[in-house]
Amino acid sequence: MNIVVVIKQTFDTEAKIVLKDGQIDPSGVSLVINPYDEFAIEEALRIQKKFGGEVTVVSCGGPRSQEAIRTALAMGCDKGVQIDETALESVDEYVRAEVLAKAISEMPYDIILGGRIAVDDRSSQVAVRLAEALNIPSVSSVVKLDIENNIATATREIDGGTEIIEVPLPAMITAQKGLNEPRYPTMPGIMKARKKELKVINPADLGVSDLSAKMKVQNYSLPTPRQGGKKIEGEPAEAARELARLLREEAKVL
Amino acid sequence: MYFDTNEDHIMMRKMVRDFAETEVAPGAEERDEKEEFPMDLWKQCGELGLTGITFPEEYGGVGADYTSYAITIEELSRVDASLGVTISAHSSLGSNPIYKFGTEEQKQKYLVPLATGEKMGALGLTESMAGSDASATRTTAVKDGNEYVINGSKIFITNGYYADTYIVTAQMDKSKGHKGIAAFIVEKGTPGFTFGKKEKKMGIRSSATYELVFEDMRIPAENLLGEEGQGFKIALVTLDYGRIGIAAQALGIAQGAYDQALKYAKERVQFGKPISQLQAIQFKLADMETQITAARLMVYKACELATAGKPVSQAAAMAKVFAAEVANWVTKEAVQILGGYGYTREYPVERMMRDAKITEIYEGTSEIQRVVIANNILKD
Ligand SMILES: Cc1cc2nc3c(=O)[nH]c(=O)nc-3n(C[C@H](O)[C@H](O)[C@H](O)COP(=O)(O)OP(=O)(O)OC[C@H]3O[C@@H](n4cnc5c(N)ncnc54)[C@H](O)[C@@H]3O)c2cc1C
Repeated sequence: MNIVVVIKQTFDTEAKIVLKDGQIDPSGVSLVINPYDEFAIEEALRIQKKFGGEVTVVSCGGPRSQEAIRTALAMGCDKGVQIDETALESVDEYVRAEVLAKAISEMPYDIILGGRIAVDDRSSQVAVRLAEALNIPSVSSVVKLDIENNIATATREIDGGTEIIEVPLPAMITAQKGLNEPRYPTMPGIMKARKKELKVINPADLGVSDLSAKMKVQNYSLPTPRQGGKKIEGEPAEAARELARLLREEAKVL
Repeated sequence: MYFDTNEDHIMMRKMVRDFAETEVAPGAEERDEKEEFPMDLWKQCGELGLTGITFPEEYGGVGADYTSYAITIEELSRVDASLGVTISAHSSLGSNPIYKFGTEEQKQKYLVPLATGEKMGALGLTESMAGSDASATRTTAVKDGNEYVINGSKIFITNGYYADTYIVTAQMDKSKGHKGIAAFIVEKGTPGFTFGKKEKKMGIRSSATYELVFEDMRIPAENLLGEEGQGFKIALVTLDYGRIGIAAQALGIAQGAYDQALKYAKERVQFGKPISQLQAIQFKLADMETQITAARLMVYKACELATAGKPVSQAAAMAKVFAAEVANWVTKEAVQILGGYGYTREYPVERMMRDAKITEIYEGTSEIQRVVIANNILKD
């Protein structure tokens, strides 16, 4: 079974976001594999253990995204592909999905795995767009995945319950928290990762007809800082009355 | 030489730190309190490949350099110095002598399972009357046909009781002084080999420290490590490399305490502002960071020499004494920055301060490191 995992490098979830000249400033921020993509990598390695085949990890990103690919290789993936975004004027979910689709269509694949959402822009679009572009079925937010006779049975969370979906392979599956517990890379894995193939693709060479972004970000703004709490002093009965008044008149929740 | 880390090292540090913060740190306080040896964490370290970092792959190791090893011990010790020394004593003291002095058969039989983490190693050198003066060993070994018969006892042995394989030194010919000493590979479970007292300690309380007792213990002649009379030299070389691990442990303790102090100083408000805005606290933080950086450069320098196969004795002794003293000073200052809270078990810095002390004592006291350094300086 040939497995492709699409991953994105994102800010460490604890990183402090700083805006510089209206743009998000990535300098000095530690970058990680998008946590949901780690579930996808883990699932890919488990599927490989069961069915054999190769796991190829593909990422669309700048030069630093190679760190994320190397980490995936250290976890046990076999090959890496970086689609180098630096050459592109602007990128959005459309562009990423198109270049990924072109690159992946040229490799053998039986299943494609990715994360449910990227923790940075939280758009949840690339994986489904990719499935559309490749004309394969996709199931999102999967918490349990079984494969038998080329059919994937995916359990996904929906409002108030779970849904079980069967799709024929090849298919695109996105991982939700709970799918598995991602492994740590190991020391020998890290040593071997350096010797594994990491191919860099220039998106211009892929032959995508339209590489212009369809979406333009107008501006970024930081959330307003959280206000400190309000403490109501005084006798309990009086304080309760004051609280009720504030909830009604100021917060307007009563 | 830049005494720096490369991309592999950065990835290793991240991996070990993730593991340390997620799996090791949460139970560290409780293990310290209960003096509980973490067998489960030891097993996980084996699975992650942390138990045989510097040994070649053909002997079950990872084939990485000494800097990778130091980073691992540093990151583990940053949250739990007990686990740090468990891995360090296993690798440097219990396994490395077999790698450096063992026969091919001994390496296949003993080093491979040690490096993979299937088995744990320890070194029994110290005795009640032979501490800094390891040549005063009273444990005896007598050759009897195809066997050696060993009698005596060893004290303060890290990983004692839990380890499967012990390197033990014993005197074979008292008239030859330290040239009469030999080193042996001893398996746990050998008849005549028992464990005595378990030490109750000030720090590194979840590291096991036991007495080893040998009563007419017979081991096969093939378990002699190196040659008869070579035991003292084996011990000295082992300690030369081992000190890199302890220096890294001290560095990790210092870094851990500093990280705690820095975080606390930014959050703790007194006189209407975070105490990190007080120059008295800022100067402490500046000195801590400076000292830790200097210690790290010395540790990595010793690592580069070890990896390059160059003499390490002086560099390792300097790194060890310096990092140990930095760890003791930094942890003391960290407690000071946390004030009363730092003195309680609510925060880990009091444990770190207790843990730091041992780095000035084992694998040669700070006084002995200075003896080693001076001997190197004055040798010609
Ligand atoms: C927790 C723990 C774990 C240990 N683990 C191990 C282990 O795994 N294996 C093992 O073999 N041993 C181990 N040891 C033993 C440790 O290495 C010794 O305790 C150490 O070498 C000091 O020996 P000593 O305690 O007999 O002190 P002593 O040698 O009696 O020293 C007492 C004091 O005299 C000073 N002193 C002694 N000689 C000189 C000198 N020539 N010049 C200047 N000052 C000197 C010392 O620096 C020290 O301050 C461990 C000890 C502890 C506490």
